[in-house]
Amino acid sequence: MSIILENITKSYKKVTAVKDISFEVKPGELFGLIGPDGAGKTTLFRILTTLLFTDRGEATVAGYDVVKEYKEIRKSVGYMPGKFSLYQDLTVEENLKFFATIFGTTIEENYDLIKDIYLQIEPFKKRRAGKLSGGMKQKLALSCALIHKPKVLFLDEPTTGVDPVSRKEFWDMLKRLNNKGITTLVSTPYMDEAALCDRIALIQAGRILKIDTPSNIIEEHEKQIYNVESKDMYKLIQDLKEYPENDSVFAFGEFVHYTHSNDEFAPEELKKYLEEKGHVKVFIEATSPGIEDIFMDLSRTKDIKAKDNEV
Amino acid sequence: MKSEETVIDVENLTKKFGDFTAVNEISFKTYKGEIFGFLGANGAGKTTAMKMLIGISKPSSGKASVTDFDVYSQPDRIKRNIGYMSQKFSMYDDLTIKENITFFGGIYGLDRKTIKTKIREVIKSLGLQDVANKLVGALPLGWKQKLAFSVALLHEPRIVFLDEPTGGVDPITRRQFWELIYKQASQGTTIFVTTHYMDEAEYCDRVSIMVEGKIEALDTPKNLKREYNTDSMDGVFLRLARNVE
Amino acid sequence: MKRFIGFVKKEFYHIFRDKRSMFILFGMPIAQILLFGFAITNEINNVEIGILDKSKDHESRKIIDKINASEYFTIGNVVDNENQIESVFKKGEVKAFLVFEEGFAENLHALQLGKIQVITDATEPNTANTIVNYIQSIIQHYQQELNESSSAGVEIRVQTRMYFNAELKSVFNFLPGVMTVILMLVSAMMTSISITREKELGTMEILLVSPLKPVQVVVGKVFPYIFLSIINALVILILGVTIFEMPIEGSLILLAFETVLFIITALSLGILISTVAETQQTAMMISLMGLMLPVILLSEFIFPISSMPHLLQYISHFIPAKWFIIILKGIMLKGVGIIYLWKETLILVVMAIFLIALSIKKYKIRLE
Repeated sequence: MSIILENITKSYKKVTAVKDISFEVKPGELFGLIGPDGAGKTTLFRILTTLLFTDRGEATVAGYDVVKEYKEIRKSVGYMPGKFSLYQDLTVEENLKFFATIFGTTIEENYDLIKDIYLQIEPFKKRRAGKLSGGMKQKLALSCALIHKPKVLFLDEPTTGVDPVSRKEFWDMLKRLNNKGITTLVSTPYMDEAALCDRIALIQAGRILKIDTPSNIIEEHEKQIYNVESKDMYKLIQDLKEYPENDSVFAFGEFVHYTHSNDEFAPEELKKYLEEKGHVKVFIEATSPGIEDIFMDLSRTKDIKAKDNEV
Repeated sequence: MKSEETVIDVENLTKKFGDFTAVNEISFKTYKGEIFGFLGANGAGKTTAMKMLIGISKPSSGKASVTDFDVYSQPDRIKRNIGYMSQKFSMYDDLTIKENITFFGGIYGLDRKTIKTKIREVIKSLGLQDVANKLVGALPLGWKQKLAFSVALLHEPRIVFLDEPTGGVDPITRRQFWELIYKQASQGTTIFVTTHYMDEAEYCDRVSIMVEGKIEALDTPKNLKREYNTDSMDGVFLRLARNVE
Repeated sequence: MKRFIGFVKKEFYHIFRDKRSMFILFGMPIAQILLFGFAITNEINNVEIGILDKSKDHESRKIIDKINASEYFTIGNVVDNENQIESVFKKGEVKAFLVFEEGFAENLHALQLGKIQVITDATEPNTANTIVNYIQSIIQHYQQELNESSSAGVEIRVQTRMYFNAELKSVFNFLPGVMTVILMLVSAMMTSISITREKELGTMEILLVSPLKPVQVVVGKVFPYIFLSIINALVILILGVTIFEMPIEGSLILLAFETVLFIITALSLGILISTVAETQQTAMMISLMGLMLPVILLSEFIFPISSMPHLLQYISHFIPAKWFIIILKGIMLKGVGIIYLWKETLILVVMAIFLIALSIKKYKIRLE
């Protein structure tokens, strides 16, 4: 196993950042931690990169214990923190050289690994990193994290705040790297990126909701989701929320995703109900869930469970 | 509901920095009660364009009026008549919810009585009764963003600019946020919003996509998808922006 | 070693590309020298006065008592001949000597003219001037008393003489002070800022998650500033010697050694600050409030410590700059060697070792 977490718990003062987290990442896997800000993703990354102690639980990276053998880990992992963390006043080339030197290597030695990525920013190698566009900064940061050919790569929200095009490019690069056998742990708040990982952990409020391959997660999800559409979205949401025995109503792209609380759901009845409410062009169809649907469903239902436990 | 009353009117608006043209002759209109999505890749010129519209950056050429005020000659009046909320700065973490509302209400010249009413309204509508006297810094991100949105609306502006309001927010809260947007738009406020979530682009009445300083596409999400022959806004976006690099 | 060189190279890039750093490094010395060129008046209190009484009569006795009774002075050393004066001065405790001529009382009554010589240690010219003025007014007062009780008009003539800095150039006084302040500023503030900047940028996280040892990071960050501080010290000294004709009486090698010692002390203070401060702003505030103010106020740079409340005098012992200024003045103005300065040097060495040990202990290899 490249990464093993066992019952990791960590609190800051009164706030529990992560609670009882366990999972494993296999060698060569592209593993995604999917969850919104504040879910505890960064805390996990910092524990695994030996920057934070845990309160409870154990973890190893590349076979080394994150507490006792932190020096070994620091030699063998690549880390790209969430915030852009390169020297803005150094040029592209100087940044890369610097990181190569502190890891005791040279750009030439591992050039084949970063070539794909670096070629895209090479035309700007004399430009200061602070003057690069968002997408190029990400590419430089990734090059720097890869320069010493790490055994495990940690990427904390590499695509946050990046536009969809650059995000797509970034994931293409990750896939290619992954094909070269580099184990990667990546986190993201964008649910649509989940499908690009080998396996994912959905994480919310410091707890893991689900771990599996994206396709398994989707297959195992039992609730039937319906696309509902009408001319007036806002009113549609309001009216659906008042429909008897509704389970969830979420805007989803051009549709509203609707789930019913029991099996006795008749689309025709809903259509009639909506039309009575004055909706025109009502359209209802069954659809398969995406990771985001499942995430919302799990975080909702687990919330309810947690609350039940408290009572 | 959408009407013919124009809130933003932009014609050939351009901004140059030296040799570099950040915004290149863009033209569009937004109407009362419209949710207008303003999309584009990083560095496409979105932020620069938005800065001109909210009166903090002077255009190089072209015409633009926001809430009937001219961006060249009346930037101060624009600032008084719009709402603005960005992801980076929205509220003071070390002030309580009430203090934040009071402060921002004061900035926009609301009198004490109005501020008191507004505090009650906002706290009630967001269900913040229990935390009204807590520091904003202690709130979860999603709540903060919802609160910031309400604060941007304190002075009842005709238009509110939202710069990536939902970045990093969890999916459920994101939808709750959009419900707030819908509600506000249905009451006649124009919403001008940027986002990196493509599903959110679908929630807009009309969407403009900027590529290298120009508006390359502007239409309803439905029409755009039809035009570019794809089933999602993501597809539209990729097709437009891909051509560049 | 290659890692270390790479690191230091990067630091120099940062420094040379940051206008603010460049200004503090190279604009500041000149600005400071000009600023502190203005004369600064100061008060004195309980200054130790040495006595050489060749007459030992009732009149000299009375004058000594008068002086001792004033709040400004206390009588310290009493010596028997002129030759001892200089070595007493070199110890630095006694700031002025009162020399009574032989047969002072006799002359006063027979010739109606008595002579007193005031010799001051002029390495601190402001203090020296004030001392002379105060002594003169005490003696004049005594002369008036004498003349009121008897009809004969007597005169006590006070002659003044300066030791070490005969021209009373105040620049000789402030230059070591400026040098101390600048070295403190550059070494402590700049290092603490440059380390906290990495924390703020998030690059510290990457450096921690790298094979670099903490000590390599710290020494790498500090090294350029040792180098730049030495250049700064040289610039100040050259400015002082060429423009203000500042003497350097003592050994240059000793001067260099003591300067490096002080720089190291200041650097370790900087590292210590950076272990506490999370942002550049905090580091700057701590450096300014916690270091610069005490250095300027409690180091004898501007205000004589001897006239301060006891608590402040006590605190001043913990200010490295105070000891360095004594050393600098000793070497440059008095020309004394390590024999006279071993105590101050030892204090600095102990402070440096303590601070280095503390900052290494406090340096975090993790984020918590």
